[in-house]
Amino acid sequence: MSYNVDDKGYYGEFGGAYIPEMLYPNIDELRQNYLKITSEPSFQEEFHQLLKDYVGRPSPLYFAKRLSEKYNTKIYLKREDLNHTGAHKVNNTIGQILLAKRLGKTRIIAETGAGQHGVATATVCALMGIECVVYMGEIDIARQAPNVARMKMLGAKVVPALSGSRTLKDATNEAMRDWINNPLDTHYIVGSVVGPHPFPDMVARFQSVVSEEIKQQLLEKEGTENPHYLIACVGGGSNAAGTYYHYLDNEDVKIIAVEAAGKGVDSGESAATSILGKEGIIHGSKTLLMQTKDGQITEPYSISAGLDYPGVGPMHANLYKTGRAEFIAITDDEAMTAGLELSQLEGIIPAIETSHAFAIFEHKTFKPDDIVVVNLSGRGDKDLQNYIDYFKL
Amino acid sequence: MNRINKKLSEDKKLLSIYFTAGYPNLNDTVSIIKSLEENGVDMIEIGLPFSDPLADGPTIQDSSTKALKNGMTSQLLFNQLKDIRATVSIPLLIMGYFNPILQYGVEDFCKTCAQIGIDGLIIPDLPVDVYHEKYQAIFEKYGLINVFLITPQTSDERIRFIDSVSQGFIYMVSSASTTGAQKGFGPEQTEYFKRIAAMNLKNPQIVGFGISNHETFKQATEHAKGAIIGSAFIKYLTQKGIHTISNFTSLIK
Repeated sequence: MSYNVDDKGYYGEFGGAYIPEMLYPNIDELRQNYLKITSEPSFQEEFHQLLKDYVGRPSPLYFAKRLSEKYNTKIYLKREDLNHTGAHKVNNTIGQILLAKRLGKTRIIAETGAGQHGVATATVCALMGIECVVYMGEIDIARQAPNVARMKMLGAKVVPALSGSRTLKDATNEAMRDWINNPLDTHYIVGSVVGPHPFPDMVARFQSVVSEEIKQQLLEKEGTENPHYLIACVGGGSNAAGTYYHYLDNEDVKIIAVEAAGKGVDSGESAATSILGKEGIIHGSKTLLMQTKDGQITEPYSISAGLDYPGVGPMHANLYKTGRAEFIAITDDEAMTAGLELSQLEGIIPAIETSHAFAIFEHKTFKPDDIVVVNLSGRGDKDLQNYIDYFKL
Repeated sequence: MNRINKKLSEDKKLLSIYFTAGYPNLNDTVSIIKSLEENGVDMIEIGLPFSDPLADGPTIQDSSTKALKNGMTSQLLFNQLKDIRATVSIPLLIMGYFNPILQYGVEDFCKTCAQIGIDGLIIPDLPVDVYHEKYQAIFEKYGLINVFLITPQTSDERIRFIDSVSQGFIYMVSSASTTGAQKGFGPEQTEYFKRIAAMNLKNPQIVGFGISNHETFKQATEHAKGAIIGSAFIKYLTQKGIHTISNFTSLIK
């Protein structure tokens, strides 16, 4: 049994492409070309060159000594926060912009929640001299002001999504509508392992550089490629997909996915999709999503703008359903506390999304000899105001 | 014979109207249907509102949001339509996104439609391939016609496939866009309408998206069997309410 995508674009029963006919030509063009283009030697060469010289890869695998002492286990941090633009998101946008160029596209659109993907997209568009439009929920624009300013400075146009909850899901709707209206010249750089096939697989492949590096780095440091546990936070799930990718079918390695419980799973203000969600269709993909009994998509809540997505990538829905991954929901308070702890024990201020992953250590006890790798998916600069408000700093 | 096929066999250009169930008011559904029939409309698409209508422009998004706020649900719509066939004979389709239908249960949804006397469905985000593989047998069991969309970008090969799976009409999207009125059709659209007409498809085509008045209706139906008006009608309802629908329809044909 494989936990990877099958040739029809499904992970088990999840995935596929439930799209209006207006999007079919764009999606079909991608589906027909993405593997062919990305496997070309010239693509691989350019992709890896940019990851090395522009993004700063490989990102370090850092042994977190004081955190390990505190929790009496061996904790390694995969430092995606040290990438250019401050998170893992850029791995995907570099890949997709190179693909878009080879498809002859001259205009890029993207959605963004916390703004990290928007910044990563605006960055690669500036790098390539391509027009960039980023859709962002009006509410997110207000709570992630520094990233909005970054996108503008990079030359992108930031368009507020005013419909629905005015957050990530609505920004995604707006981006899809833009793509329907501009099918020929535009490529949509989806920022997570969500959306219609081939996006979940394509984004996972671009992010898989993370697990590829973990394997090599762990071999050097511990003499084995296999950690006992891999831990990542999951909103749509792209940093998690990258962390798990080369270990998906290696069941010696346990996988933990950390979701945002918001104010508590049963509080009515949560984004714990695996627990609260039910199978359905969101943004062209069959997956688990939070919805009413009547099939209307509901508004999730999390203190972190990057985790409050009502769905989850189909890969993760399948990991949940099959039991391959353990899903744990972390509240706002637990995440904020863990973020402060990491800052003070290791001198690293994480993004609030990432802080959720670190709260795992208060929930679960690991053995002293366990090797636990956590994806430190983003840095906390963009969240300083939230940390200041929360801790009254 | 399904009411849709019967209507399509009439020697005339068809006017089909879309409205969002539950808008402007929750219980307007039956009044709007009756009024459209009385005013000579040929076919009606009853919109089942969805929280995330990604193929729709601002007008239908807005009517959907308000309809949901008003309390519209699949079950409530079915309750409202329970006795509709006692009073109207016009072909009725339900147009909605796939997730609410999936949650209701595809078979239960189709069964209820058949019991009520709904003639067909339009589900923009249920692709023809998935329908053909998984759901066609269920729709056929209940005698429902499922309508597929084509766009100017749809390849001839795919149009032929859609034609082979369709049993009523093909919903021809006028241009690469979400729903919503535009000023008029240019030479590109005319060429596209002609190209499709020349394919001699088994199913007649009805043009939708961007039809808002007599002129665009005439342009769209020059080469096609009929045209669908959605956003322009919703805008009319927003401005004038449901009691003067005759003023709207008389301006179109």
